[in-house]
Amino acid sequence: MTIQFNEETFRDDYSFHNSDWAIKRFPFPFHEDSYMYAVNMEQHRGGPEGSVYEKRFDVDEHYVSEMRDRAMVLADDPLRCQSLPHMTLAGWDLLELIMVSKSEDYPDLFELHRNGNQWRWVNKPLGIDDTFTFLDETTLPYGPMEYITRQAQGDFCVLDQRDDMLWMDAGMVTTQADWSLDFDIGMNFFEWHAPVPLAHEMGIFKRALKFLLNIQQGAPARRLNWTMTVNPLLDTSPENYHKWGIQKTTLTPENIGAKQHLRVELQTFFRLPRSNALVFPIRCYLCSFQDLMTMPKWGRRLHRVVRDLPEELATYKGFIDNRPMMLDYLSQFDDGLPTSRGVWPDLDTEPALKKSS
Amino acid sequence: MIADAEGAEAILELAAQDPDLMTKSHIIFIPKGTNYTQALRDLKPAQFYEGPSYEAAVQRIRHVLAEAKMGLQVYLTGTEGLMGQAQNEAMQAGIPHSAIQTEHRGSVARRMQCVHCKGITEDVITDPFVCSHCGLNLFVRDHYSRRLAAYQGVCIDAEDPGNVPEPQELYT
Repeated sequence: MTIQFNEETFRDDYSFHNSDWAIKRFPFPFHEDSYMYAVNMEQHRGGPEGSVYEKRFDVDEHYVSEMRDRAMVLADDPLRCQSLPHMTLAGWDLLELIMVSKSEDYPDLFELHRNGNQWRWVNKPLGIDDTFTFLDETTLPYGPMEYITRQAQGDFCVLDQRDDMLWMDAGMVTTQADWSLDFDIGMNFFEWHAPVPLAHEMGIFKRALKFLLNIQQGAPARRLNWTMTVNPLLDTSPENYHKWGIQKTTLTPENIGAKQHLRVELQTFFRLPRSNALVFPIRCYLCSFQDLMTMPKWGRRLHRVVRDLPEELATYKGFIDNRPMMLDYLSQFDDGLPTSRGVWPDLDTEPALKKSS
Repeated sequence: MIADAEGAEAILELAAQDPDLMTKSHIIFIPKGTNYTQALRDLKPAQFYEGPSYEAAVQRIRHVLAEAKMGLQVYLTGTEGLMGQAQNEAMQAGIPHSAIQTEHRGSVARRMQCVHCKGITEDVITDPFVCSHCGLNLFVRDHYSRRLAAYQGVCIDAEDPGNVPEPQELYT
């Protein structure tokens, strides 16, 4: 199918919107009526047709506008994209992975023509047609990681692997849930996760590291993570928190349905062939509460999850102050009926919301 | 050996245990208003340098590390800011951080980077504190970067401008 790309913004007037198609395929992250941390890793080998899991790098209706937003963030703060000197080869690995995947998965949108090291890359949605020499940085307008991640939705962390450890040694990070690449660059896996509550004690990071160190070429993995964002703001960076933090206080019972967004990260993990680095794309999907509530199962479940979330997690995820207002809103969509297992909306089988009298 | 302020006491104790150590030692000391210089000189280290500030001393530290021979031992003592910055220099010279000995002495002040303007505020002893560069009110996040030798400071009143809790002394 051909994607109709939205003309929209993720700042100022926030004209971001999801089509019915995008709502239906939204990666709702709760497979049951409660939530606790888990490594929750699974293989990234496709998924149901049309779902965000189907392709290696999902392209959706927000692609063109997201890339425009990324360019604006980078113009304001070039430190959002950094690569330590030893990571250039991994950057080429990533460029190859994305170009090959996108041209195979979306042949109507992307083309890659290779003749030895002479490559021609055609990106139709962004109007790019570049010819360059693979592994020769002087033939691209940016370093290889920056070049390709200016054309791919989601943040990208490129992790070096040495001493049985992963190191945050390169990245393109403009749509992050409140963490700073510039601060974290060069850190190891445990160091950059230091501020996360509870999970260390639960042994989550030790298990996750063990898993990630063993990811093999051609066998990528994925998991979901989530948080809450007021307004469809992609750039919820700590760098700009003093500017966007105030937006959290603009929620009212009248506007919460439109303004409050569930923010879901589809995190994937790919081993890179030449560098043996691990690339960790973090793709952000946003959906307003009112759009989520069009799926009766998601309405019931989101209420129960938000209501029962431990206080530390609600604080860490930054919505503890707004939780009471969220619950007032969400409780209207929870009639107490049981929900089916799994993340899918099951629109055809789940009962419609029973209106309370 | 690189030390500041009360870090001198750690060196003095070390020398008392093993006076021979001093015949092979190069001490780089930043007094920060303390009076340990003469006592350290009296240990008769092979080389002694007193610097008025870390920034003034860093060129010498880099030179010494660049010229270092196999077997060099690095010992850092004093404030967190001194140890962190000197450790960073040693790491950049190729010495793994796990091979560097550190001993904290004296002030518990932290070296903070403002995540917003990127400016470093030295010797922070309260939480929250005011960024010495951009003036934002920052809280001390327990998140440390070896590369920056600093903890992260994050705006505390972004969601309620002007609502800044009374500063508390760190570790009290």
